[in-house]
This record gives sequence, structure tokens and C-alpha cells, in this order.
Amino acid sequence: MKTWNSYVNPLVSSLPPSGIRRFFDLVTETKGVISLGVGEPDFITPWHIREACIYSLEKGYTMYTSNHGLLALRQAIAADLEAACGVTYNPKNEILVTVGVSEGLDLAVRALTCPGDEVLIPEPSYVSYAPCVLLAGGKVITVPTTMNEGFRVTAGKIEAALTPRTKILILSYPNNPTGAVMDRRTLLEIAELVQARDLLVISDEIYSRLTYTGEHTCLAGLPGMRERTVLLNGFSKAYAMTGWRIGYAAGNPDFIAAMTKIHQYTLLCAPITAQMAALEALKNGRLAMTQMVQQYNRRRLLVMHAFRDMGLPCFEPGGAFYAFPEIAGTGLSSEEFAERLLQEEKVAVVPGNAFGPSGEGFVRCSYAASVEDLTEAFRRLAAFCRAHGLRPKTISAPRPLPGERRPLAGGATG
Amino acid sequence: MEKVLEILEILESDARLEAADIAVMLGMEKEEVQRTIKELEKNKIILRYMTLVNWEKAGDEKVMAMIEVRVAPQREVGYDAVAERICRFPEVRSVRLVSGAYDLAVFIEGKSMREISNFVATKLATIEGVLSTATHFILKTYKQDGVMFEDGEKDRRLAVSP
Repeated sequence: MKTWNSYVNPLVSSLPPSGIRRFFDLVTETKGVISLGVGEPDFITPWHIREACIYSLEKGYTMYTSNHGLLALRQAIAADLEAACGVTYNPKNEILVTVGVSEGLDLAVRALTCPGDEVLIPEPSYVSYAPCVLLAGGKVITVPTTMNEGFRVTAGKIEAALTPRTKILILSYPNNPTGAVMDRRTLLEIAELVQARDLLVISDEIYSRLTYTGEHTCLAGLPGMRERTVLLNGFSKAYAMTGWRIGYAAGNPDFIAAMTKIHQYTLLCAPITAQMAALEALKNGRLAMTQMVQQYNRRRLLVMHAFRDMGLPCFEPGGAFYAFPEIAGTGLSSEEFAERLLQEEKVAVVPGNAFGPSGEGFVRCSYAASVEDLTEAFRRLAAFCRAHGLRPKTISAPRPLPGERRPLAGGATG
Repeated sequence: MEKVLEILEILESDARLEAADIAVMLGMEKEEVQRTIKELEKNKIILRYMTLVNWEKAGDEKVMAMIEVRVAPQREVGYDAVAERICRFPEVRSVRLVSGAYDLAVFIEGKSMREISNFVATKLATIEGVLSTATHFILKTYKQDGVMFEDGEKDRRLAVSP
């Protein structure tokens, strides 16, 4: 007898289920858990942003906007990008307001990928990239990165993965799940290769504001990269606005027009309420954002210190709000580690292999949690590591590249 | 200097944090943090470590009042002499010189309304230089020192998310 599942598009049914989803069910069944598995800020959207949104509702802003998004918002985004990255975009035809970076990613991949095109994805990677490419008919080529290289993909590694069908490279720094940031020099080498081999880049820079060591380099700001890059960014992480689902894409007018075509038929426009809130965030959100970034950085240093104390090797995450310690020394797999930690000590972390095979041997710990919760979680984590025979040893950090300023522990914040 | 301000800011939000933790958070040595805090205490920049209590919830029947005090400033000492006299009473929790329709904002704590009215009538209003007082009893505290007393903003995030 035919099952209903057999009616489902085979492309969809063949997509692997999210490893995070599976673990989520396990966590929600356990009581008294401290979760370091959350991929979003622990801050609530700053009040002035919420208040502006309520005011917009009171004034009756409940209608569609232009497919591109409110012009005022696009203008504010353009000004923000120019100030932060030194890249100029025309708000009229080079910026598209999307329903989070998630939609921007889907649009960019669908607009640019032809069946059989190869898309390079450095790993460990955020869970959405590969499925988006598969749904668009593209072929996923992963490029594994390691802790020793600071989970930074290099031009050499990209070059080794190139074939005549390679069309797009997806970059995501600061990185989820590793917390890795990209240095300007490596990025320049990648930019050179991308141009020489006529590739395109989709650059997901959602964590750009959460950079603690040095300054974030925007790929589109590098020579020759503006036209080849679809820059994705949004408000979720910098302004603690995950649930609003609001982001944007910036790129050359042809790419943005192609993405807008899909967007206008599938979503029409991002919710106006979220757009009004985003506008307020850009206008008046600077101070609240800086304060949040400062808090993250302090916790980041606490977390690094805690890992060092308990003997879990962890490279220094320079951005986002994740640490990605290596747990292979316990003799457990990522999933075993996460499951046992949950059962024995009631701390939730995300198994590294949820972010691809090269994440095996690691777990992702989010430090978007209160200092109180972090302290208790790390007390439990330390007990777990002791019980599983780990001895304190020194922490490993990515070797600084020539010419790269070694960031100080208390580095710049925002 | 910036680090000193950061230490103060951290302690102001949580005075129980250990010097060792503060040191880690700010990329400093533990001894340096300890030394800085000692210095701040010595210089009366850090005056005291206190606990913010919701007395109503604790079941204590304290009564609080805010009193607007108009004062005739005196030659050479301005408002200071009167303010200092008011400060000496242990019932007085805080005294601030403010701009506007009155001069001193005085917070008083007592066991009952009668006790506070008594204090105002016999002690405060009779101080030389005090022109008038207006007493406002505190009915409910919603927020104090940046902390909401009854906060509905819990962590509602999913336990695990990508």
C-alpha cells in the first residue's frame, strides 16, 4: 500500500532531519536543565524597539510594504553598511529586506544556483546552508576546517575543492557553531581566488556585530568583491530580535532583482511591524547593542577560562556567542557526550556533528546565558569531565597569522 | 581608568561576583582587581555592598514616604547645612538636592504612617530653614535601582535552537 510519505517530493524526503531537532526533544523531556544549546541572545529586544513597534501598530501601520521593504529602512541599512563596512549600496535597487537571514539565504541560493552547480560550504557550518542548496538543485561540496586552523577556511582549501562546476562559495564569519572569525588577510586571499575563478560568494554576516577580537571585515568591502557578493545580515543577533524574523540582503542590482522576483511571489514583503522595529533599532539601538556585546565578551572570557580549567581544549572564539570545545579526549562521540551530560548533569549542549561530520568530536556551547547560569553549568560540566577522566591541560588558540595583531584577552567590544 | 569603571559597573549589578571572576571577564589579574577594589573602598567610591529586598513580599509592613522639602538657602553653605541635619536622622533613607518646584527630595522609612507623619511634623518641618514639606506615601514599588519587582519577562527561549 502506498504511504502518504511516498507522495512527498523525494528531494524533500531525502533531506536529513536536523540533528538539533532530535536533541531538542531529548532536552525538553528532562527537568531542571541549564541549556547552553540556545542559538539566540538571552536578552529580550531592547524596550525602545518594542515600544516603537507598538506605536507603529497604534498608528495603523498594518499594511503591505514595497516588495523591497520600506524605503526608509533600506536607507537606514545602506547608511549602517556604509558606516560599519565602508561599502555603498543604493537603497533603491541594491538592498532587499527579508524575513530574517534565513529567507535571504534561500533567495540568494535559489536565484543563483542552476541544477548541478556546485556550492562550497566550509564546515562545521550552520544547519541551513546545505538543505537550501539541495532544494535549489545544487550540489553541496563541503570544505572541512579544523580547530588547529581556527576553523577558518583558506584560499588553498577552497581551491582544492574547485571543479569546473563550482559556482558559489558560502561564507559565514563570525561563525556559528565555532565562534571563529575571519582575518582580513585570509579573506583577501579568498577574494583573489574568487575573482580569478569567477565564483560568487554568499556571505552570511549575521554575527558581524558580535566580534570581540579585532574588527569584523565585511567581504563585500574588499576590492572587486562588492559585485560578486550577496551580503546577508539582519537584526536577530545584534539587537536581540530573533523572533521578529527580519534581515536583509545587499548586492548588485541584477542579483537583488532576481532575489526580489522570488521574494515577491513567495513572501510579498517582510512584516511591516518587524520592519518598523528594525528601523528603530538602526536609529537608536547603538547603545543597547554595545552593552549587550560587552556582556557577551565578558561571558566569553569566563567560558574560555572555565574550559581551560576543566581540561577541554577549546580555541578562542573571536565572535558570535558560541564556544566549540573539543570533547574527543573523553572517548565519547559528540552525541554520546551531549546525551550523557544531559542525563548525568542536566546541562544541554549541542553535539558538534549537528553542524556536519567535521564537527564530530566537538560540542557547541552557547554563552548567551546569564553569568549565574553559566557558572552553575560550568560547575556541572567540570564534574562531568572529572567523572570521565579528563585532566586540565592548556588551551589551544589559532596561531596568529603573520601581520595579524594578536588580540588581547579583554579585546575591543563592538 | 576604563577598567576601573567596568569593575564598578559589574559590582553595581552583582556585588557577589568574586574578584577572580571579574578578573577573567575583564582580562585582568586577580590581584589587580582585588587591589583596585580595595582602593575604591578606601576612597569611598565603593561605599557599601547591599542587597535589594522586596520587603512587601517578605511580609514586612514597612511604610515609605517621599517628602518634598522647600528650604531657604543660607549664606555660604547654601542647602548643605539643612541637608546634613536631615541626613542625621536614621529614619531618612536618602536625601537629594533637586531642581524644580522644591529643593530636597527626602525618602523616609518607618513602621507606620503615623510614625512618619509624626517625624515630619515634629522633626523635619521644625528644622530652621525648612520652609515647607509635602509628604507622599509610597503605595507600591515597581522598579528600584534598575530592577523590576514583579517581572513577567522570563526566559522563554526554546531549550535548543540552531
